[in-house]
Formats: sequence, structure tokens, C-alpha cells
Amino acid sequence: MDAFTTHTGRAVPLLRSNVDTDQIIPAVWLKQVSRTGFEKGLFAAWREDPSFVLNDPAYAGASILVSGPDFGTGSSREHAVWALQQYGFRVVISSRFGDIFRNNSTKMGLLPVVLPEDVVERLQAEVEAEPAREITVDLDAKEVRFGDVAVPFEIDDYTRWRLMEGLDDIGLTLRHADDIAEYENGRQPWLPTTV
Amino acid sequence: MGRTLAEKVWEQHVVRRAEGEPDLLYIDLHLIHEVTSPQAFDGLRLSGRKVRRPELTIATEDHNVPTVLGPISDPVSRTQVETLRKNTAEFGIRLHPMGDAGQGVVHIIGPQFGLTQPGMTIVCGDSHTSTHGAFGGIAFGIGTSEVEHVLATQTLPAYRPKTMAIEVKGELPVGVTAKDLILAIIANIGTGGGQGYIVEYRGEAVRKLSMEGRMTICNMSIEAGARAGMIAPDETTFEYLRGRPHAPAGAAWDEAVAYWKTLRTDDDAEFDKVVEIDASTLTPFVTWGTNPGQGAPLGSAVPSPEDFADPVQRSAAERALEYMGLTAGTPLRDVQVDTVFVGSCTNGRIEDLRAAADVLRGRTVVTRTLIVPGSMQVKKAAEEEGLDQVFKAAGAEWREAGCSMCLGMNPDTLQPGERSASTSNRNFEGRQGKGGRTHLVSPQVAAATAVTGRLTAPADL
Ligand code: SF4
Repeated sequence: MDAFTTHTGRAVPLLRSNVDTDQIIPAVWLKQVSRTGFEKGLFAAWREDPSFVLNDPAYAGASILVSGPDFGTGSSREHAVWALQQYGFRVVISSRFGDIFRNNSTKMGLLPVVLPEDVVERLQAEVEAEPAREITVDLDAKEVRFGDVAVPFEIDDYTRWRLMEGLDDIGLTLRHADDIAEYENGRQPWLPTTV
Repeated sequence: MGRTLAEKVWEQHVVRRAEGEPDLLYIDLHLIHEVTSPQAFDGLRLSGRKVRRPELTIATEDHNVPTVLGPISDPVSRTQVETLRKNTAEFGIRLHPMGDAGQGVVHIIGPQFGLTQPGMTIVCGDSHTSTHGAFGGIAFGIGTSEVEHVLATQTLPAYRPKTMAIEVKGELPVGVTAKDLILAIIANIGTGGGQGYIVEYRGEAVRKLSMEGRMTICNMSIEAGARAGMIAPDETTFEYLRGRPHAPAGAAWDEAVAYWKTLRTDDDAEFDKVVEIDASTLTPFVTWGTNPGQGAPLGSAVPSPEDFADPVQRSAAERALEYMGLTAGTPLRDVQVDTVFVGSCTNGRIEDLRAAADVLRGRTVVTRTLIVPGSMQVKKAAEEEGLDQVFKAAGAEWREAGCSMCLGMNPDTLQPGERSASTSNRNFEGRQGKGGRTHLVSPQVAAATAVTGRLTAPADL
């Protein structure tokens, strides 16, 4: 995973709520067995509409997605995160995220930032008015900055540390292999196995 | 102070707890399918890691498989299924491939084998893993990075979610099903209402549900945004499990039951949030919009965006009506449907098929009607009872087991603008095929709708 400390870039306003992972990447795109090439499937159905915001050249190259509430609900498909990242997004801002999507994002180094709904709306309005506007998402300071405004956001310290160091979760867990083995010795004997 | 069921199960599985870190949670059962696992196995190979406990892991082919006999015609789908076969063989994991008697939708086969038991932690790279919580365990969906993590370590780092009680008072009226109840709950608390919580469904109406009904409820917890849903085990649970291939037997059974009986929320335990629902006033429920929270009683009309005070909900309703091709004020019973789908991990079990068959017996369908059993075992049971004959005589298509039109990954899809009444769990835009329009319903309403071609309850026939 790439480390994330601070990121400055332009933003796309996505004025929709309940952007479920089926919209982010439709199921037909999930047949691939590789981890690459998903940017083509990002919002595939919506992108067919020429007026969809990602088709607006003013937002080309933007790396921050600012969405309405309940972004990433629904299916657990991590392909949604891969598609966003491979398209070029580093950050998604919303007032509420689907739990699994948020988890998947932090495993991959895509930063989900929760801001109050009124701030999200204000941010959307600003980048609609001025698409070239740059926004800074500072994970170190836990702050989003645009213009002379700085808005704090919450993220637990552990996840923040992992993201800033770009650490591999599995490697971290395997440091506790002894604890796992000890736990396994105490498991109830009737618990099922698949053999 | 007492503890909730969720807290008890969670605590039982904490491998390691450290200040300022998520708990490291042991996973008792890991379910795998072809769509969300290939990249996880690749990850293991890249880092030279093994599967820690292949014997706590089971795989099936479900999402991407055709529901008609014969080889997979789509080469990309075929590669994905073949990749699962290769990966499970390489890492020593039990697989139920297409055509196998144990194959089926991942959340149907776990309970069917007796692998899903009270008090367990169960994960799968699929959000409807919440289904298994019906047995009183903590079960939740994970992404592919976490699939790899569980394969490598049999654990997951996680913060314990908050706890919510959904108290369902009173009894469900005749003709009102578990599906209607969960759709009503989601409409009530909203698609984000459960976010950050493990929900425990409680109360008289829940206790009276069969295990299959309970699975339907817990299945859709995720549609309310919840991390997991659970129901305390009781005699209904034990009876369902007794004698299943992987359920404990002999002295181990007694020991297990004694433990399972402790798995209930203590009387003095406190939930972080409590929601009450009155079951006795419910009627058949359907969705009209493009998220599972946009639902209403079948007897009502398509709402108007103006009905919603919240501006976000109002604009979501506007957009949904446009996508769904519906006009505010139209009675839901007048909505014409092209396709009916009975199946999925929500409503693809034997009781669901019986309920649909009861409605279709001696009647004829006027829509394209797909009946897709959730597993090969469900299919076999249905055929032994002659349900397949009822469906075929009514003009419905009787298929092989799989996810099918629930997510439209295989050839079972809607055409743009086509409208379905579906017993599945998601009415998202394009979920059942690009441009398709989905109304979520119970198996009973699905079957009655197939007969009239309009959204219909059996009582209307
Ligand atoms: S039946 Fe539908 S919801 Fe269930 S596992 Fe399959 S695709 Fe997912």
C-alpha cells in the first residue's frame, strides 16, 4: 500500500446520495481475476451520460471525489476502491460511508474523509463554481483545507498511522502469530471444520 | 452490568487487545466464492504466504455461474471459475463446484451443512454474510484485502461496532412475511440507519420466525447499513442444526447446546440504540425506488418527492422515480412488471419456494418468471416435493442453483427499461442488468405478481 500523508489536488462534486458500489463498478466488471484495469468500469453506467460530471473536461485529472451522503453502500466488492484509485482518485469525501467500503479503502490507501453534510455541500458548491480550485487533505493534521478554510476531520489513530506509514496489515498481524496460536489452543472443541 | 449477545460473541473471539489498536478477532469460518477471492490468492502467492487454516475455509461457485446446464459460455466468467478451482486445489480448500450436490449460494450452503452455528464469527467476501447472524453469531462481509488477511492469519483487526436492538413487538399478521418485516425495518431506519452497529433483532415476532425467516431478516441487515445482524439462538435454532453434517453430535452436542443457551443478551444489558417496530400493523411491503430504504406498503401509492422533508431524500426520490419510470401517486398495485425472479440468499431457500409454489399451484404466469433455487440441495428438496412441477405447469422457468438475477453477473439479466419483481435484496440502478428496474418483494408477492403482471399480493388474487 502507498503511504498517504498529505494530498493536494482538484475535486469533482458528485451530487448524489447512496452511491452504492454497484454504481461505482457494475457487476459485469467483477469477472476479472487481476487487480488492474478497473478504471474503465468506474461509474460505467453513469459515464454513458455525456452530462455526467466525470465527463466534464473541467474536472479532468481531479483526484478528490466529493460525494453526497452514504457513499459506498452495498456490495463488499473491493473492486470499487481499485476502480476509484486506478482512475486517479486518492481521496473520497462524504458525510457518511458504507462500513465495508470504508474498511476496504483504508486497506488500499484510498482515504475516506468524513465531513459534516453542510461542509460537504459547501465544498461541492465551491468546486462547481471553480473546478480548478485546489483542495488539500492533510492526514497528518487531520484537516481538509480549501481557500482560507480549514476543517478538521476524525480518523482513529491506528488507521491514520497505518495509512501514513503505508503498512501491510497482514505483516502487522503476523507479528502476533504466537497470540493466534495460543487462542487456537483454547477454542471450543465442538466448533466445526470443513473437512 | 450485563452484556449484549454481540458483546459476548465478540469478547469470546478477541485474540489480542491493545490500547489504541483495533481488537484482533479470531474467525471461526471463512466462506469463499469466485468473484472476490482471486486477487487475495494472488496476494498470498506474491508474499509467499500460506492459508493458515484451510479446514476453517470453504468455497463455492455461485455469483458468476450460469443457471442452465452446460459449460460456461462467457470465457471471462469461465476463467474466474477455473481460477477458483486452481486456487482451492493449490491451497487445500474444500470446494463445491458447479454441478456438485453441495454447490449453491455461499450463504445458503453454510447453514445447510450445519457449518453456521451459534456464537461463531463468520466472514466472507460478500456483504450478505450477515445472513449467518440468524444463528446468533457475528457474521459480516469483507473486501478482498481482508479475505487475504483471513486466509493468511485466520483473524481480522476490527473495532467492535456499537450495538443496536430492533425490538419487533406483536405478531406478524397472516400473509405478512419476514421479507416484508425487514423491508419495513429498512424503510423505517434508512439505508444508513444501522451504520456502525451490530443489530440484534428481538421480540415476539422474531422469536416466532423459522430459521429461514430469520436468515431473510439478518441477510438484509447490510441494506440498513449495519455491520452485522443477529438473533439469539433458541430451540428453533437447535432443532434446525440437530443432525446436520457439521453440527456437533453425541456428548459434544449437549456441551454445545449448554453453551449456546448462554448466548443471549442479559436482562440488564444496555444497547447503544433501541428501535421499536410494531409487527401487528404491517402489510406486504415492496420497494418503489433504487435503494432498499425506498419502500412502502403494497397497498399504498408511489410517493411524491414532495413527501420527503429532508432535501437529500427528496432529491434521491426524484432521481429514483425518474430511473424507475414511475409517476408519483400511481397505486403500487398498478405497476406493470415484465419479469419475476424468485431466488437469492435472501429468499432462495425451500420455504421460499414452497410459498411461491402455493401461490402458483393451478395458476399460470403472464410474465417471464425465473425460479432459481439457492442451492443444489434446495433444488433437490423442491423436486422431491414436486414444486418444480408446479412451477413448470404454471409456465415458470426452473433453474440450476446460483446467484443468478440477484446481481446479473451471469446471463440472467434485465434489459434496459425492463421491470422486475424480485425476491433478492438490492434494487440499485442496474443491479439486475443495465437500465433494469427492480422492485424488491417477498416470494409470495413475487408469485402473485407473476400471475397478474402487476405488483400483487396473494390475497388480491
Ligand atoms: S444471491 Fe445475491 S446477494 Fe446473495 S450472495 Fe449471491 S449475489 Fe450476493
